[in-house]
Amino acid sequence: MKPARFSYHAPTSVEEAVALLAELGPQDGRILAGGQSLVPAMAFRLARPAHLIDINGIAELATLQATSALVSIGACVRHAAFESDALPGAAGALLRKVVENIAHYPIRTRGTFCGSVANADPASEWCCVVAALDGVVVVRRRQGTRRVAAAQFYQGVMTTALQEDELVVAVELPMLPQGTRTGFAEFSRRKGDFAIAMALVAYRLENQAMAEPRVAVGGAEPYARRLPQAEELLRGRAPGAEVFAAAAEAAAAAVDPMEDINNTAAYRRALVRTLTRRALEGAT
Amino acid sequence: MSEPCEITLRINGTEHTVTVEPRRTLADVIRDDCGQTGTHIGCEHGVCGACTILLDGEPVRSCLMFAVQARGRAIRTVEGLQRGDQLHPMQEAFMRHHALQCGFCTPGFLMLAVGALEKWPDLGDEQLIDILSANLCRCTGYENIVKAVRAAAADMKARA
Amino acid sequence: MTAKPASWIGASVERLEDLPLVTGRGRFAGDVSFPHQLHMRMVRSAHAHGRLRAIDVSPARALPGVVAVWTAADIAGLPPIEFREGPNAKLAPFRQPVLATDHVRYVGEPIAAVFATDAYVAEDAADAVNVDIDELEAVVEAPAPTSEFSAGLTTEPTICRQGYGDIAGAFKNAAAIVELNLTIGRHSGVPLETRGAIGRYDAARDVLELHGAAKVPHRNRESLAQMLGRSPAGLHLYEAHVGGGFGVRGEIYPEDILVLVAAMRLGRPVKWLEDRREHMIAANHSRQQHHVIRAAVDAEGRLLGIDDEFFHDQGAYIRTHGTRVIDTACGTLPGPYRLPHFRIRGHFRLTNKTPAATYRAPGRYETNFVRERLMDAIARKLGLSRIEVRCRNLIGSDEMPHERPLVALGDDVVLDSGDYQGLLDKALARCDWDKREREAVERRRAGEWVGLGLAMYVEKSGLGPIDGARVNVHTGGEVEVITGGASVGQGFETVIAQVCAETLGVDYRRVRVVHGRTDRIEYGIGAHATRATVMTANAAAVAAAKVRAKALEMAAQLLQADAASLTIVNGSIRRADGTEPAVSLGEIAHHLRPSSPTRGQRDPGLCADGWFTTKHMTYPYGVQIAQVRIDPGTGAVAVEKMLIAFDVGRAINPMLVRGQLVGGFAQGLGGALFEEFQYDERGQPLSVTLADYLMPTAREVPAVDVLITEDAPSTCNPLGIKGAGEGGIAGVGAVIASAVDDALGGNGLITKLPITPQAIKAIIDGQ
Repeated sequence: MKPARFSYHAPTSVEEAVALLAELGPQDGRILAGGQSLVPAMAFRLARPAHLIDINGIAELATLQATSALVSIGACVRHAAFESDALPGAAGALLRKVVENIAHYPIRTRGTFCGSVANADPASEWCCVVAALDGVVVVRRRQGTRRVAAAQFYQGVMTTALQEDELVVAVELPMLPQGTRTGFAEFSRRKGDFAIAMALVAYRLENQAMAEPRVAVGGAEPYARRLPQAEELLRGRAPGAEVFAAAAEAAAAAVDPMEDINNTAAYRRALVRTLTRRALEGAT
Repeated sequence: MSEPCEITLRINGTEHTVTVEPRRTLADVIRDDCGQTGTHIGCEHGVCGACTILLDGEPVRSCLMFAVQARGRAIRTVEGLQRGDQLHPMQEAFMRHHALQCGFCTPGFLMLAVGALEKWPDLGDEQLIDILSANLCRCTGYENIVKAVRAAAADMKARA
Repeated sequence: MTAKPASWIGASVERLEDLPLVTGRGRFAGDVSFPHQLHMRMVRSAHAHGRLRAIDVSPARALPGVVAVWTAADIAGLPPIEFREGPNAKLAPFRQPVLATDHVRYVGEPIAAVFATDAYVAEDAADAVNVDIDELEAVVEAPAPTSEFSAGLTTEPTICRQGYGDIAGAFKNAAAIVELNLTIGRHSGVPLETRGAIGRYDAARDVLELHGAAKVPHRNRESLAQMLGRSPAGLHLYEAHVGGGFGVRGEIYPEDILVLVAAMRLGRPVKWLEDRREHMIAANHSRQQHHVIRAAVDAEGRLLGIDDEFFHDQGAYIRTHGTRVIDTACGTLPGPYRLPHFRIRGHFRLTNKTPAATYRAPGRYETNFVRERLMDAIARKLGLSRIEVRCRNLIGSDEMPHERPLVALGDDVVLDSGDYQGLLDKALARCDWDKREREAVERRRAGEWVGLGLAMYVEKSGLGPIDGARVNVHTGGEVEVITGGASVGQGFETVIAQVCAETLGVDYRRVRVVHGRTDRIEYGIGAHATRATVMTANAAAVAAAKVRAKALEMAAQLLQADAASLTIVNGSIRRADGTEPAVSLGEIAHHLRPSSPTRGQRDPGLCADGWFTTKHMTYPYGVQIAQVRIDPGTGAVAVEKMLIAFDVGRAINPMLVRGQLVGGFAQGLGGALFEEFQYDERGQPLSVTLADYLMPTAREVPAVDVLITEDAPSTCNPLGIKGAGEGGIAGVGAVIASAVDDALGGNGLITKLPITPQAIKAIIDGQ
């Protein structure tokens, strides 16, 4: 399972990278960041890029920044960066909760947050985070930068709004208000496997009632998204088992799950119900 | 730039200058061009972990990197664990606790465990199993691998 | 390990094999390289069934670095791969050709072979070969109606039938009848190391070499020599380190013969390494069977008769094992129970999938599942406990040896010794079954889905009829045991060294064990069917005893003492009372060298050959008990507690025995809950990566309590050994099914392996 031949490029700046992409993107050029998804695909020769543009040498892309308003995750920030206490607040806590579900430790030392977002696998945990928090994908091409909201970015299974000459340079997530509770639950056959379904929830308590609820489901549909039908059952209500069960039921009803040889739509739907409830009950 | 290019890899403190195509994986180059065959290839798609090495101290699946990407980085493989004739506590522990049968997955587990414990010497049991679940073994059922790594952790701390 | 134990036999000493393996200095097939070697890459069928119309190799040949590309036409003289047990006219037409000729019958079937200077180029070239196939309909279900294999031949080459007694009468007189439909999913060994073969022709010696051999080097040497029309004297096989076998590695596959032919014809060494995707579609599959089994019992739940009709999914061809697996299933189904009447019919069916053969406990993993589900069903039907129904049917230790009019592995089934009830009692006590049951009831009341499972089984080992070994003491005192054995990682060298060391009176670390080398010893049985410890260790013991006698006789002369009054301790021969003088084994060897003036009329060398013969296989046995908890929200199964109780007759190295049992358990758990080779309706394999074919990790394998007993030593060999290699895996499908079924209410709803969370969730939601 050796990859097919490719030309290798290692730019040292973002300008250089997008210039290369402008020329090589249309010629079957791909970005190499963590490689934990791309290289296996190349090993199976399912992907045969004629050009690989390795962005690991671009120092400015490795930055992880937090301001009071948002978290900015550079293209080369590894999954492992979220395992520590590096990020403050409720957003940091959420990312820490989520990251331990991603693959395994040696994958997390190389794989990148933005790579996962650009790859848009339905089972990607980060895609669920981006969808849940209404993140923004910062995209750069030679001609300039554009910012794409999560809801516009994801279009289908491993299909995004990214053009062939564009590079994801960062993803921005809002800093969640202090006191926001977050919960995450996923199910896979073995820990670290691709999730069959996952649920991510967040809410604030305002006078004992839930405000700004977010319920997002991933793994069950072509791409992760927020489920307003579930969120509205939480808004203004006090947290409690019955409320959570109702929201979980609404989430299960709202999804149109994928089917594959191992997982029926009915099973995924049942998982969405279970995981949404567990994410809500376990939110801290 | 698909043509072979000359790169220097620093493996266990020794430099190896080789000429390789960019598509050659780090695992293949370590084994075939640098002659360090202790790192094994079990799947070539990043699942089994037999190819695990330490790259600047971090456990990494060498089948998921191209050799050209490892220029200028410090690579440690199983051959570099011992100091002369003195085995690493992890190697001794594996032998003492019957943590290997066919031995094919062993180098990957050794590097994974050494890397993790050098970073987190006080790894708890649950975290240990979490980390060890990253690699596959088909012979031992893992019981003795976990035992050996626990024993080695204590040993490594004592010798530190 | 500092002080010498009382006996090397029975001691959990550290392995001799480990040092090179922990230091990265092992030599697996991938590590074997010769100067000027070529790399072979196979072109494989992408269709499950089709007529092979044309193969255009020219784009491949045109690539720089490609030396040759072969199709069937280039190896026209080569016969198909023969069955390991010898020719079989009835099954012969279904053998796999080395390269496909006019048809392809499974995705993965070799069609062409590329030889290039580099593995990457070889793969590029293989991709460039154009294959024109007329797709035909694929058969993917064994129980489906038979179709045509080739002109005049159907996809049911044979039906295996065994039985005895009056089965019709048994069912007529039954107080109750139970019938089950049960399925075991397709899965297999999947070792961490994929296959590899390196062919090299040493023109200087006129010897053709195959490196990367495993399991049965001597037998394979004979077969390959025959295929090549070459004298075995000019063909040698070399086993180095082997990354797990489990039955699937070591049989002769097309690639093995191709590297040999290519090495001769192309005049360069030829190296072939299988990649993981290839392994999943080309190395032997196993296990897939569908049973319809009926039991007739009396009012007390005692078995009157079992009638089983099943379909064995053999895949596209019959490979080296012939009908061994299905025959074994037929012969071992009754397990540890008294069974007056029996009939079994196994439909040996070909389908358009990867061919199947042996995988650890072949035929038994399957039939243990089937038979133990049946026992649970009988218990349920008659309102008996699962324990009671078994107790009433177990063959008593006073009924040993117990002959069954059945054949397994070509051997009449004679259960040599066993205290099945005794082991059951020990296992139940060990896990405190009654307490566990009470706790399970409590927890269920509190809303948990908890279950207990039980399975009993008889294994087989020590397949004879004969093995030999040579023991030689060097003048420096080091002992060499030359065997025709093989190692797939199980600790063969250590166990042989222990037995030899104990017999001879030396430290086991001074014993060097040779295996897997056809050029070091003429005959060998390799290592499979859990026979190495039984056969080869006993042969080594015979040889070591002869060497001991020879040494003592020589020492008696040198020490002016009676041989009977001498002992050997740590390689030194002295009087039993410990008085001087002493003489070392090395010195004895020196006295026995050909030109030694003290040798006298004795044969030169302190060495001897020993042979061990056995009439029948020997039968270790086990009890497995599992406690599981189901997550009702997802259907996931967690194994909370696990006990394996296994009687090995005699454990040479308990630590290694435990390692075999726990390792086997992990594989068995995979087959029970995770592993399956899935196919779509067109015969396309869907489990071709390790992300699809799920094997247990350290997180999925629970802590296992292991109880090794030595209550029923084998009566078939002087050491009393029974072998444990397959004892861990054999009962796992059965016990996990039993436990999950219990957690779901004990209504017999688990009828299929692997048990998936989705299936469990559907049962839970339906209730």
